Amino acid sequence: MLPLFLFLLASFIAPIAAMLARGVTDADVARILPQVTAELRRWNGRDLPQESAYGALIADIRAAREAGTLASAATRLNYDVAGYRTLMFATGRALSGELAGSARETLLAIDPKWGERESWNALRRAAGPITDFYLLAALDLRHDANDAIVGSPPEQSVFRDVLGRTLWISGVVTLMCLLLGYPVAFFIARQPPMRASILLFLVLLPFWTSLLVRTVAWVVLLQREGILNNLLLSLGLVTEPIRMIYNRFAVYVAMVHVLLPFMVLPLYAVMKGISPTFVRAAWSLGASPATAFRRVYLPQTLPGVGAGCLMVFIQALGYYITPALVGGADDQMISYFIAFYASKTVNWGMAAALSIMLLAATLALYAVYNRLVGIDKMRLG
Amino acid sequence: MNGMSFKVGGLVIAALFVAATAAARDLTVVSWGGAYQDAQREVYFKPFMATGTKMAEESWDGGVGTLRAKIQGGSNNWDVVQVESEELLLGCEEGLYEKLDWAKLGGKDKYLPDAVNDCGVGAIVYSFVLGYDGDKIKGDTPKNWADFWNVQKWPGKRALRKGPKTTLEIALMADGVAPQDVYKTLATEAGVERAFRKLDQIKGNMVWWEKGAQPPQLLASGEVVMVDAYNGRIAAANDKDKKNFKIVWTNNLYTIDSWVIMKGTPNKADAEKYLVFVNDPQNQKNLPPKIPYGVTAKASTALIDKNVLPNLATAPENMKTALYINDKFWLENLDKLNQRFNAWVAK
Repeated sequence: MLPLFLFLLASFIAPIAAMLARGVTDADVARILPQVTAELRRWNGRDLPQESAYGALIADIRAAREAGTLASAATRLNYDVAGYRTLMFATGRALSGELAGSARETLLAIDPKWGERESWNALRRAAGPITDFYLLAALDLRHDANDAIVGSPPEQSVFRDVLGRTLWISGVVTLMCLLLGYPVAFFIARQPPMRASILLFLVLLPFWTSLLVRTVAWVVLLQREGILNNLLLSLGLVTEPIRMIYNRFAVYVAMVHVLLPFMVLPLYAVMKGISPTFVRAAWSLGASPATAFRRVYLPQTLPGVGAGCLMVFIQALGYYITPALVGGADDQMISYFIAFYASKTVNWGMAAALSIMLLAATLALYAVYNRLVGIDKMRLG
Repeated sequence: MNGMSFKVGGLVIAALFVAATAAARDLTVVSWGGAYQDAQREVYFKPFMATGTKMAEESWDGGVGTLRAKIQGGSNNWDVVQVESEELLLGCEEGLYEKLDWAKLGGKDKYLPDAVNDCGVGAIVYSFVLGYDGDKIKGDTPKNWADFWNVQKWPGKRALRKGPKTTLEIALMADGVAPQDVYKTLATEAGVERAFRKLDQIKGNMVWWEKGAQPPQLLASGEVVMVDAYNGRIAAANDKDKKNFKIVWTNNLYTIDSWVIMKGTPNKADAEKYLVFVNDPQNQKNLPPKIPYGVTAKASTALIDKNVLPNLATAPENMKTALYINDKFWLENLDKLNQRFNAWVAK
């Protein structure tokens, strides 16, 4: 027991926790600019900071420039206020000479932005060690100049839509998997063992093909001059190729294809355990086949339905590569943006904050499922 | 105990050996690998070694973090590196590169103005261009970015690079903004608004690409009728896959990769010798015939094969209406405009 726990801790829990922690901590700026951030913790945020803060900033920027660490601090500040990067580096360059006059006059002469409250507020917001900057941004919120939490302007708001879209796509995919998977599982469960195992093998076959290959196969099938369009054109069913890829339709098709086995298998396992005598008893007591199915068979399969839906839904929430390859720009789910921030812009705080949103959504769904169905009733086979 | 001291002794010897080789290592030149570095090897590396200086080559995938780690970690083993314009800007600010002695390189006037930087000298010039399939669009062909927007005359999808960089510039030029005014316009809120409004007009016709290999594929599969693409990719598709893709050079967006010398290199003298060699027009003129990138010494243009020249971003004809991608602008504004672009594209 203990070795397994330690293994999980080292390989799973600790790395994930360390990653998620980046979404709520802000250590860089305080480490690189220690004096000014300490000064700003004592600042009321309403008037401009006092002379000592200006002096501390000059000392910090000089030290950071010397140590070559100014870039990380400037990058973090630029997330909040566009142009902050240049402000930091221009200030750093200008401070390399001899200084005359007070610290405040010096900085204001370099750039009037040092006389604006917003510049100092951004610095204070980044002072850490705990921050809500990324989490708020992941919900299209931010602090305004008076420190109140307000919504981002509509042209900068994206993540609420993305979260809603992620839930919607996952829901539709789950429903489609259920509608397609239920009859398949029902059919297989009633076959003699030999045939059932062949059919199950066919269901499992896609499992042994890489996800990427299966997704790219859909690109080949669905594209404008792809197999399906050529077939429709040659049969004369359409005169113009139909647009079937880089849209929501393609995302649904490819995701349902990939996730279908996760629905069929738990359903099959549960159906296999249902004795046919129950339905026969219902018939002999005068129920029509439809009534017998609805009132006797269906309720017994519900643990399988619950397990299948939960598995498909939770996996769908995290889907990244399939929508990225066959979807359009407005079909991207939250994982796309996590990857975007983690690897493209190297803004790990934002990537972590979005991961926290994804994890929270998953846990919330799990809790709802547990309340409604009871996790102990779930049967995976 | 004996075994232990033997091992420790071995380690010390090994460490000394490593240190000795590190101090005496040859000039190490780092570039982008692939077909490009193959061309560089023939045109620059081998002829340079023939002049009597030993050198080694490596390749990398970019990212200023790699260079930062080498300099700050104190174990830098690279001397001359080819970097993209953004890495040039960032690394120069952070002091990762030696300042160049332009007198040794023949003076700043020898080069295209955009190829001159305190820390780097331009190596190649390449462009984002409008591309289309000459087998599918015949007769009346698109001439500029405004035609890219004309879906009545040329029906079908278009592909642009996903992200605000280059896309917003293209939108403004399609809307009639002159290249020299593009970044002035984009620096204002109204200018950004104008670019997005222009993009709204063709949003329903857009496919977005993310990797440089995609635009030629999208053209070849008939998925789209026009793309913005790296000029080298279009040329490669014509060359290797026997396609008949056409390039419209009007208002192309060009950028420059540069050579830098890493800070504190023990091989600085050799590094400078190398830069002088690769910036000699007599050597530079041999690169474009192997791979369609423009070179940076002004005098090279006249020496380049007349059949190759029209395929280069540096051909005088192609430079006339071109826009130099302003990395300084993007460094400041990319975070905000990325967010705005993501919001726009998802609505």
